[in-house]
Amino acid sequence: MTLARKKIFWAYVFLAIPIVFFAYIRIYPALFAFQMSLHDYNPLAAEQPFVGLENYEKVFEELGRKKSATKAAFQNTISYVALGVPIQLCLALLIALMLNEIRFMSTLYRILFFLPFVTSTIAIAWVFRMLYQPRFGLFNVVLQMLSLPQQPFLRSPQQALPSVLALVIWQGMGFAVIIFLAGLKQIPRTYYEAAEVDGASRWHTFRYITFPLLNPSIVYLLVLQTISFLRMFAPVVAMTQLGRGGPLDSTLTVVLHVYNEAFGSYNMGFASSLTVALFALILGVTIIQLSITSRRIN
Amino acid sequence: MRLSRLIAIVLVGILAVSLGAVAGAQDMVEIEYWQYNFGARVDAMNMLIEQFEAENPGIDVVHNSDIPHANFTQEIAASAPAGVGPDVVTLFYGWIPAYVDAGYLVPLPEDHFSEEFILETFSPMVANSKFEGSYWAIPTAVRSLALFWNKDIFADAGLDPESPPATLDEFVAAAIATTVYDGGVKEIYNISRQGHTAALAEQDHHWFREVLVRQFGGAPYSDDGRTVTYNSEEGCAAFAWLAAFETEHMTGSVDIGDASDAFVNGETALHVDGSFRVGTIRGNNPDLNYGVAELPVGPNGEQHTFGSYWTHGITRRANEDPARLEAAIKFLQFITTPEAGTLWVNNVGELPAQLTAASDEAILADPILGSFSAGLAYAHSTAFVNETEQRQVLIDAFDNIRLGGMDPCDALDEAAAAEQELIDNFWADRE
Repeated sequence: MTLARKKIFWAYVFLAIPIVFFAYIRIYPALFAFQMSLHDYNPLAAEQPFVGLENYEKVFEELGRKKSATKAAFQNTISYVALGVPIQLCLALLIALMLNEIRFMSTLYRILFFLPFVTSTIAIAWVFRMLYQPRFGLFNVVLQMLSLPQQPFLRSPQQALPSVLALVIWQGMGFAVIIFLAGLKQIPRTYYEAAEVDGASRWHTFRYITFPLLNPSIVYLLVLQTISFLRMFAPVVAMTQLGRGGPLDSTLTVVLHVYNEAFGSYNMGFASSLTVALFALILGVTIIQLSITSRRIN
Repeated sequence: MRLSRLIAIVLVGILAVSLGAVAGAQDMVEIEYWQYNFGARVDAMNMLIEQFEAENPGIDVVHNSDIPHANFTQEIAASAPAGVGPDVVTLFYGWIPAYVDAGYLVPLPEDHFSEEFILETFSPMVANSKFEGSYWAIPTAVRSLALFWNKDIFADAGLDPESPPATLDEFVAAAIATTVYDGGVKEIYNISRQGHTAALAEQDHHWFREVLVRQFGGAPYSDDGRTVTYNSEEGCAAFAWLAAFETEHMTGSVDIGDASDAFVNGETALHVDGSFRVGTIRGNNPDLNYGVAELPVGPNGEQHTFGSYWTHGITRRANEDPARLEAAIKFLQFITTPEAGTLWVNNVGELPAQLTAASDEAILADPILGSFSAGLAYAHSTAFVNETEQRQVLIDAFDNIRLGGMDPCDALDEAAAAEQELIDNFWADRE
């Protein structure tokens, strides 16, 4: 072996270690979930009888019911994505555009927006849980000072989901802001100068230069944030009573439902079939998003 | 070359040391014991283990209590497929069917824990946990529900601090009399001192099932425990009575905070809870001026209470090795003696499961423990199949009333249907 080949050989050897590790702790369990979903899998039991597609039938049966935790979990998860992703990305883009303009103390502002993202979700969720408290929680204290009626926030089946969502949007926004900022820096200044010479308005500049050239960042964030909203778990556990996604399943997510079924009720087979359903949902949504948004921009 | 020689030497060294360790530990049996983390329980069990190991020098008990109460079932579920976990496990009595269903527990050995012995020496509620012809677990201590009242708040509201409500009507009256609203406006969010808070996620789902339903003249379940019957006219009246504390009398709400925390902090006048709360008060607010009485009697004049216990079972894992099984049995015997029960009541506040220790003069005469002890005579325990989910259906029913404005009878019907499905599913899998 020549020296160059030797180098390449060892590079592969070292790369193989993380790949093997990754395969063992991520890919193997993911495949194992498919297998579990075909069994009446009770983690405490010595034997796990094969039941074919029975668990999937149960998923569909519960989705078809007027009221079931499974149905609530999927409905809520879709609501989290449908509301959370657009709101978060619009706000993040707006903030990024403003941050891109300012020079004075710009680093400080960037840090302030990024800080929530690097803070522990559980800690932040508990802080918000207290802010949402009736009587002495900050939000209700402010409402009281303004002589406005007290709000139940997390205690109400109608307000709980938006209340949880507000935290998640706020916490994840710093990441989106940074990605947008990086995207904005990539756009050559000459385009803006040319637009200025042509007398284009600010809106036109944004519409025809900034927005199209930000497309790679938008696609990246859209896919990534959608997946992260689809997998929501920790904030709901931390913010709801007994960590169960209440009141009345109004904040329950698919992942939390999977966890409750698998580790609370020991229905790991059924939980695995829910996981597979979620996998299918994520895969479908991602493929659709990519095919719509990743058209080439000239 | 030099490096590989070094590695070889180190490996041989490690091998030699570990072989030596194995040889030294050969006649030592190690068993693992798991329970959830609750300060007083952990301390009491450490004392018992120390005594046990002194008496049995050949057995080493590893005590794992680093598991939060809320994650206990999850940790067990994660340990079992990995082939690790406890030889002796402490579980809530209501989980026995699920654990047996999974084949996780082995029946208690007849020659050490015969039915005769259990019936004669243990509290009757222990005998009730016989499942499919066998006993699967045996407790150190048992608990019952009783009425806690705050004497300072009673005095402040002009009530006699030494006479707690004896009937449900008096209970409602006292709760209303002790509630204080900011600015005098009767609204949930204006409550600055709670009379009574209905908290279905805490002990009130037990109070409803086994106590209130019976006191209003109904029955919570059929005799074999397989049919939900609390959604009767009587059961609905009982549920409406409980829900009214929030919806009508507005004497408190879990939206303000946990009901038991509020009582411990001296913010609530009346509270229904188990003897384990005595330890919490002792640890967190020892100056609380409170009393404990037997639960108030219902419209039909009957006394009932809910009895429950954390109990110890032997796992499939211990059963795999005769030496460990023998050690596990010895340990189980040791931690369920009357003496262990007495140590437990003194440190944890739960009553000894063995009748001789529970009917001890000192306990009966104790102003706090006496009421719990008296309750053991008329305590019922629910035959749960999935305690967490069965509790959840009643939490949801209560939320449907207080948050969704649903009629109590409709909410209860929905809960009964959901709970019946849980019970049916459990038994369908077993037959």
